[in-house]
Amino acid sequence: MAKAHVYNRDHINTDEIIPARYLNTDDEVELAKHCLEDLDPGFVNKVKKGDIIVAGEDFGCGSSREHAIWAIRAAGVQTVIAKSFARIFYRNAINNGFYIIELPKQIEKINDGDELKIDYKAGLIKNKTAGIDIKFNPLPRFALEIIEAGGLLNKLAKKSAKHICGRS
Amino acid sequence: MGMTITEKILAKAAGKKKVTPGELIDAKIDIVMCVDVTTPPAISMLVEKGMDKVFDREKIVVTPDHFQPAKDIKSAELHKRLDEWAKRHRIKHYYKIGRAGVCHALLPEQGHIRPGEVIIGPDSHTCTYGAFAAFSTGVGSTDTAAAIATGQLWFKVPASIKFVLKGSLPKGVYSKDVILAVIARIGVDGALYKAMEFTGPALTEMSMEARMTITNMAIEAGAKNGIIGFDETTKKYLDGHLRGKKNYTVYESDKDAEYKQVVEIDCSKLEPMVALPHLPSNGVPIGKCAGKAMDQAYIGSCTNGRIEDLRIAAKIFKGKKVAIRTIVVPATPVIWKQAMDEGLFDIFYDAGCVIAAPTCGACLGGFMGVLAEGEKCISTTNRNFVGRMGHPKSEVYLASPATAAASAIEGKLADPRKYM
Repeated sequence: MAKAHVYNRDHINTDEIIPARYLNTDDEVELAKHCLEDLDPGFVNKVKKGDIIVAGEDFGCGSSREHAIWAIRAAGVQTVIAKSFARIFYRNAINNGFYIIELPKQIEKINDGDELKIDYKAGLIKNKTAGIDIKFNPLPRFALEIIEAGGLLNKLAKKSAKHICGRS
Repeated sequence: MGMTITEKILAKAAGKKKVTPGELIDAKIDIVMCVDVTTPPAISMLVEKGMDKVFDREKIVVTPDHFQPAKDIKSAELHKRLDEWAKRHRIKHYYKIGRAGVCHALLPEQGHIRPGEVIIGPDSHTCTYGAFAAFSTGVGSTDTAAAIATGQLWFKVPASIKFVLKGSLPKGVYSKDVILAVIARIGVDGALYKAMEFTGPALTEMSMEARMTITNMAIEAGAKNGIIGFDETTKKYLDGHLRGKKNYTVYESDKDAEYKQVVEIDCSKLEPMVALPHLPSNGVPIGKCAGKAMDQAYIGSCTNGRIEDLRIAAKIFKGKKVAIRTIVVPATPVIWKQAMDEGLFDIFYDAGCVIAAPTCGACLGGFMGVLAEGEKCISTTNRNFVGRMGHPKSEVYLASPATAAASAIEGKLADPRKYM
């Protein structure tokens, strides 16, 4: 069951998500051990596969380090729901095929520890604990295409494979 | 309706006559900047997907900088991966140790930045190059991988906010104080997804070095890019630095271009600013925070590690002694040599500072000046997030090189104007 880890704060930045002292590696498993370390040192011990991070405005601001996405993903987190996302983090998530949910309003309807079920296609968050449904706007089509391909490079790889086939 | 300079550059890069904010485009990339922490993962991705190629070996500029010289075995491995890749693809502009420097100071200095071009790099402060009337933005490793292999990248055309920097800077007030005041005004997400276009008489009076400090910190307001129009100062800098291809196209915003917002800042009324922990938007005039005890001063980084910054600091340090540990990091080998030749190193040495090799180092809590629990650092860098320069319970105070130098002498936050 997916549990919500709610951080009721704006501007949670990449230094908090994965501090630069761990950027000497890009090994996801290693990075996951330090996920959210400077925000909530206990996070890695309580997060379970499929859990969800919930936060305020401007999530992921600061550095361009994609390590932030990798750390979150490898920690087992299925998605991040935030009021808004910082620009580079947003790009990095899409490019990695990692679905994130922008929820400008109604975020207060999710409390720490709530059990959530997300229907990505329908744009629906089912808060089982509170017994309510919360609608969200699915990502735009171009982003979904990248995510469905499994990330930007997979999309490009497929495109160039098609291109080669077309020529032959 | 006319177009802004950002829209014009992106339209050209996308092969279109016109683009409008919100539009998705595929843009041609002119320069891909590559550094040590974020490029090796991009290389691994390309190898893994069977796409290990470079779109143009002359349009990729490589410099290790974040953890260089290697600070530990793991970062040495990152450098090794970068080095093997650069050699494998015969990357033409590869700055190895001895010539490597903090990327955003190095690329303009070595003549890789031209007006009207599109530059990307896997470092958020890549927005610095917008000072040269170019479109420049920071991206992640995957985007960098895509750009390395294809020379193209998708972008959403940003809406623009215009910042009019009015008046003239008073004595002791610098471009760093201006950008800290701007960010304090609009907040760390005040320009989220947008272009920050800077203009006005105070800007016209600034050197290219000073202008780069302003565009460098556009990301600290959440912006996609920061940009400054071309003028005589830009031309003079380029005449002295461009190598190889000397031609470029100058774009400027139309008079009827559309802006989401226009923000006016009267620079003549500004005071030296300090951004208190833990957000760059926590800027206050020095008068409101002077006297707070510090443990370290740090003068360097892509924001303020250029020769002009070192000269400003040296002028204040001359004949004085520092009261706290003070680390000076010239951003590139050329700046390092210049500072030495000008006698600035003697002043730093006499004052009791240590001079480090060019690196991003402690700005991001990497090495060469990391903070212990509870320590406070006055720093000329760009971010003061929790744990940015070391222990999660350390604190970073952002300021100009002048304010950092004055504070180093007193061991507490100090107004630089009394040393002028």
